Amino acid sequence: MKKTVKTLLGAGAIALSGLAATAVQAADTIKVGVLHSLSGTMAISETTLKDTVLMMVEGQNKKGGLLGKKLEAVVVDPASNWPLFAEKTRELIEKEGVDVIFGCWTSVSRKSVLPVVEELNGMLFYPVQYEGEESSRNVFYTGAAPNQQAIPAVDYLLSEDGGGAERIVLLGTDYVYPRTTNKILRSYLNAKGIKDADIMENYTPFGHSDWQTIVADVKKFASAGKKTAVVSTINGDANVPFYKELGNQGIKAEDIPVVAFSVGEEELAGLDTAPLVGHLAAWNYFMSVDAPENEEFITAWKKFIKDDKRVTNDPMEATYIGFKMWTQAVKQAGSTNVDAVRQAMYGQKVKNLTGGVAVMNTNHHLSKPVLIGEIQDDGQFDIVWQTEGEVVGDAWSDFIPESAKLTADWTYPWVCGNCSKPNFEKMPTN
Amino acid sequence: MTILSKFSWLALFAVLVAFTAPVQNVAHADEFSKIVQTLNTKSKKKLGKAIDAVVATGDERAVPVLEALLEGKLFYRKTDNQVFITEKSGKVYLLTDPSTGKEIGEATRKEAKKIGINNRLRGQLKGALGGMTLMSPDAEKRLKAANDVFKAGDPAMLKILKKALLREEDGTVKERMNRALAAIELEHAKDLQIRLLAVQKLGEYTDPEVAALLNKIIAGTKDEQLIASATETLSDVESSLASWAIVGNLFQGVSLGSVLLLAAVGLAITFGVMGVINMAHGEMVMLGAYTTFMVQEVFRNYFPGAFDWSLLVALPAAFLVTGLVGIAIERGIIRWLYGRPLETLLATWGLSLVLQQIIRSFFGPTNQEVGNPSWMSGAIETSTGLVLTYNRIWIILFSLAVIALLAVIARRTMFGLQMRAVTQNRAMANSMGIRSGWVDALTFALGSGIAGIAGVALSQIDNVSPNLGQSYIIDSFMVVVFGGVGNLWGTLVGAFSLGIANKFMEPYAGAVLGKILVLVGIILFIQKRPRGLFALKGRAVEA
Amino acid sequence: MIRQPFILRILQDRLASFILGLLLLSAFLVPALNLYVSPESALHVPSYVVTLLGKYLTYALLALSVDLVWGYCGILSLGHGAFFALGGYAMGMHMMRQIGDRGVYGDPVLPDFMVFLDWKELPWYWYGFDNFGFALLMVLLVPGLLAFIFGWFAFRSRVTGVYLSIITQAMTYALLLAFFRNDMGFGGNNGLTDFKDILGFDLKSDGMRASLFFLSAMAVIFGYFVCKFIVESRLGRVIIAIRDAESRARFLGYRVEYYKLFVFVVSAVLAGIAGALYVPQVGIINPSEFAPANSIEIVIWVALGGRGTLIGPIIGALVVNYAKTYFTGALPEIWLYMLGGLFILTTLFLPKGITGTESIAQSFENYRLKLARWLRPHDFPDLNKEPAE
Repeated sequence: MKKTVKTLLGAGAIALSGLAATAVQAADTIKVGVLHSLSGTMAISETTLKDTVLMMVEGQNKKGGLLGKKLEAVVVDPASNWPLFAEKTRELIEKEGVDVIFGCWTSVSRKSVLPVVEELNGMLFYPVQYEGEESSRNVFYTGAAPNQQAIPAVDYLLSEDGGGAERIVLLGTDYVYPRTTNKILRSYLNAKGIKDADIMENYTPFGHSDWQTIVADVKKFASAGKKTAVVSTINGDANVPFYKELGNQGIKAEDIPVVAFSVGEEELAGLDTAPLVGHLAAWNYFMSVDAPENEEFITAWKKFIKDDKRVTNDPMEATYIGFKMWTQAVKQAGSTNVDAVRQAMYGQKVKNLTGGVAVMNTNHHLSKPVLIGEIQDDGQFDIVWQTEGEVVGDAWSDFIPESAKLTADWTYPWVCGNCSKPNFEKMPTN
Repeated sequence: MTILSKFSWLALFAVLVAFTAPVQNVAHADEFSKIVQTLNTKSKKKLGKAIDAVVATGDERAVPVLEALLEGKLFYRKTDNQVFITEKSGKVYLLTDPSTGKEIGEATRKEAKKIGINNRLRGQLKGALGGMTLMSPDAEKRLKAANDVFKAGDPAMLKILKKALLREEDGTVKERMNRALAAIELEHAKDLQIRLLAVQKLGEYTDPEVAALLNKIIAGTKDEQLIASATETLSDVESSLASWAIVGNLFQGVSLGSVLLLAAVGLAITFGVMGVINMAHGEMVMLGAYTTFMVQEVFRNYFPGAFDWSLLVALPAAFLVTGLVGIAIERGIIRWLYGRPLETLLATWGLSLVLQQIIRSFFGPTNQEVGNPSWMSGAIETSTGLVLTYNRIWIILFSLAVIALLAVIARRTMFGLQMRAVTQNRAMANSMGIRSGWVDALTFALGSGIAGIAGVALSQIDNVSPNLGQSYIIDSFMVVVFGGVGNLWGTLVGAFSLGIANKFMEPYAGAVLGKILVLVGIILFIQKRPRGLFALKGRAVEA
Repeated sequence: MIRQPFILRILQDRLASFILGLLLLSAFLVPALNLYVSPESALHVPSYVVTLLGKYLTYALLALSVDLVWGYCGILSLGHGAFFALGGYAMGMHMMRQIGDRGVYGDPVLPDFMVFLDWKELPWYWYGFDNFGFALLMVLLVPGLLAFIFGWFAFRSRVTGVYLSIITQAMTYALLLAFFRNDMGFGGNNGLTDFKDILGFDLKSDGMRASLFFLSAMAVIFGYFVCKFIVESRLGRVIIAIRDAESRARFLGYRVEYYKLFVFVVSAVLAGIAGALYVPQVGIINPSEFAPANSIEIVIWVALGGRGTLIGPIIGALVVNYAKTYFTGALPEIWLYMLGGLFILTTLFLPKGITGTESIAQSFENYRLKLARWLRPHDFPDLNKEPAE
């Protein structure tokens, strides 16, 4: 028994010293936090983004680092566990003293991190498409807002080229992003003259693997004599069995096209796409885009990951843009101080990978082009439609009554993420 | 529709010309290659018109060109903008001249670019090709053509369709052609009698597409008589569809049951028979799926032609791999924990974390591509709207085969006898000279191996990722416990009843609520029968 | 045996009194070092550590509650996470209502997630949660009631052993799916978040953090005494008898199901309290807390610490969670090997957990002996006569 106590005491001492080691001293490196799950259910998507940040950090260091210092990536594993995301954020900012965090995937992880970055005045770059309805002073959203993905995609489906759909099925995983997106879409479709009777909405749990009934239901719904299309906000793992079922039940893209917002090159990599040719996805980036920046990025990625078969996808581009913007803003501010960098971020421009220019707006959302691609038999997308220029990301949707009233603008006179009137309205301007 | 019908008149003309007077085509040779060149355009609108023009040439060489365009094999060369039909060969494309049909060299991926189409053009192409291939010598092509013509619903096809019908000898194809004919007549005929007759004819086909067409007609016409007739037929079709839907539902339930059965049957051995709370069971399934992936990689690289057979090789390979891992686990860990079943939970849980991470380290966290062999792709589409997918059918058969095999092993082999002896009375078995240690190891290996081959089957319908096992482990435990621990029949009946219950609940309650109801059902059921569906009787139960 | 006073009996257990003493000390010391020692000082405890330790302590209480039913009554619950989460949700709902019109849409009554899902009024089950006292009552009542109903049926039907474990798992899984549905009105997958304050005290203030830590430490000590009191009482002896030989206890005339029910409900309430303390410290509660994997992990803390001792689970929860924090930060790529390895090695070498083993060397010796037996099986005919569970 004595021995045990001694062992325990020893362990306790080590533990406490480990916890207390809070080294926020001015180091000779600039620390970049990487907060992506490397285990658990989200690892499948997030590991790629961790590698992307590591590649960007390496690239920046080869160019001599930033402000004369080397960048140092601090990687932690929040393990797809939402409270752990919050804990790790605190650890990154308070204990590791990082200057910026690239991370999170899915809204719940971001919502969990949000109070922490706001309290500690950190800076988070969130690289995934999401439902909007948020604009935090401490977060830059480099993924698409609903108006940069969902609405143009539906426009395309309704157009002659997209098949002129008159009946829409909204399939989604039951969480906030699909719920909100579908709510926005329903209201948008109603405005376009499609009645509620012609809209079917269905939600499934995460990782749903038995799609027989739902695919059969879609077929039934499509037999009402009107051209039918499916809008899918099905998340992650559930997509592969969904598409397999779709292919096997013989739903062809020209009969019932499916447009997806969460299916990219990475998701298709686990799939024989021959039966899916013609189904669609809407993103701000596709690997197949013909642009010199893209080619360079793909080459660098394949070299970094040492795998010639690895693909690139939209959240990687969002990470790329976010990282580039941050380095530019740091250079411009001459400091990694969060407040200074934030000011420098507004209006910051970076060449995106699709041949255009991404701009950071004062609502913390990017201007991005919207592309619609068709799945090809090689797992790539063939771009069939794209917006003329870049679309400005909208934090608050105009199609949700409560949200339409709100404005996000972090510069004078608003200085607010969710206000119906400016904060500094009454301040004299001279 | 307007574009479609306009071009289809031309198509009809073209096809007629093509079949009646092939000699004339030679004169158009130059003309044809010029028109084919117009397919090289970025604008989808222009491309649509160019397709019309190609069809209008009536040249028989148009068919391969349009087919290539549909399949994404029509490319243009970046240097001279020439259009070619391509065939992928390794890293390069072999180029075929569309007008001469001769191979004229090759191009790398960077030199040639695909002419992209969209869904509207895809529909247009299929309709056109349908018209052009209605008299193809290949019965399968004719069947496809008849279906495409039905979907296009183009009055221009009427004549050629009738002509094709006269020549047609294949019963199935004939039936599909008649269906297409009735559809076109219903939609476009001027004469009311013809339309009413068409409604009657369509009434013989109970499929959702016919229902869709009837719905469209009812909404689109003002003729009372036609509406009445169509409504009546529609309700017949729909009620027949509804009753077939119940059959479909049953099939889906059985199919889900077979998946549950496969996932659970290995556990029924390791947990049910041996009493090991094997939390790493899901990872055995995952290892089986990854073995399939590895086997398929070998096939892809070395025997691409024999890819369809890869699953047959994967089955024994997966059994072997997971069986050996099973032996290693049993000898290394579980062996020391007999009699302490709850601690096996702890150790195997740790083991499952480690196994997942090993796979993640070696293969990466992303999904791996496991292909479906051709005999597992697609579906039997009956004329009643019932769709039975091949992969599901095979999995149902496979799961039954596995359970039958296990029953044979347990009842008819020496090993089975020893296995049963050891689980029933270990001490007695020992004293009868059975080396119970080895029986344990082999039993565990058998359970793991079965989990492995379940992984082969599940790789056909689900993701192959490190998380694969996690998604089945809870369901597996539910099935085994519901059926009654230690009873294979219980597992069989349990899996199918849970599967069917789930699928019959889903249309009413939704996927999530349906599952919740099933879980609550299990909890209540266990109150009624605290030892599962088929409870083991006797003293061993209390241990 | 002469029965000594309760407190003396505790003091005799040296390990327990040491750990409890440490807990009591840190309950005062950690907040003090956080609040009153300047950040430059080496003795300063940063807020980050305070919340982290606070979180561990709520886990410790949770582990304690599982140990009460598993270690002492033989009920292996694989669904205790559900009680924890329900307690958490009750507290979360209170804090949600406290936000008032400070939410992003400024609705005075409806939480944000209801506003953007276009709910017009508060569902009935949200009524009353604006009152702190009511919320506290619910923290105790909801898990307790669920445990009561579940236990009432299960124990009367004499569902035991692994069947019981699996249906507790089914229970938490069903709740996971239910809370996950947005239509349920609990915020779906995102759960409840963006909390501002409790009773007017800002959750982000150091004072609040320190108080929550203090409360958590006290709750663990309180929980320990409650459990100790139960297991040392006459009732506790019956419970242990049930664990060791349920049928015999029943034949002796004890109404086994009522004893079990009592312990199960007490345990669920303790788990609920842990959940209620957990949520304000981590700032979010969502359905993933119901995940069966979480409940299994709790059992693992208990097993690792030593089931059937009350101090073991506390140590187990602290050790495993500290290891998790440390490894996910320091070795993000391989931490699962470490954690998984830890579980395997503990079961093999420390069958009674950290606290239950006299010395680690002894268990290595045991393993070596076993290995020798395995290699030469004929010398050891009694191989399979391991003591039954």
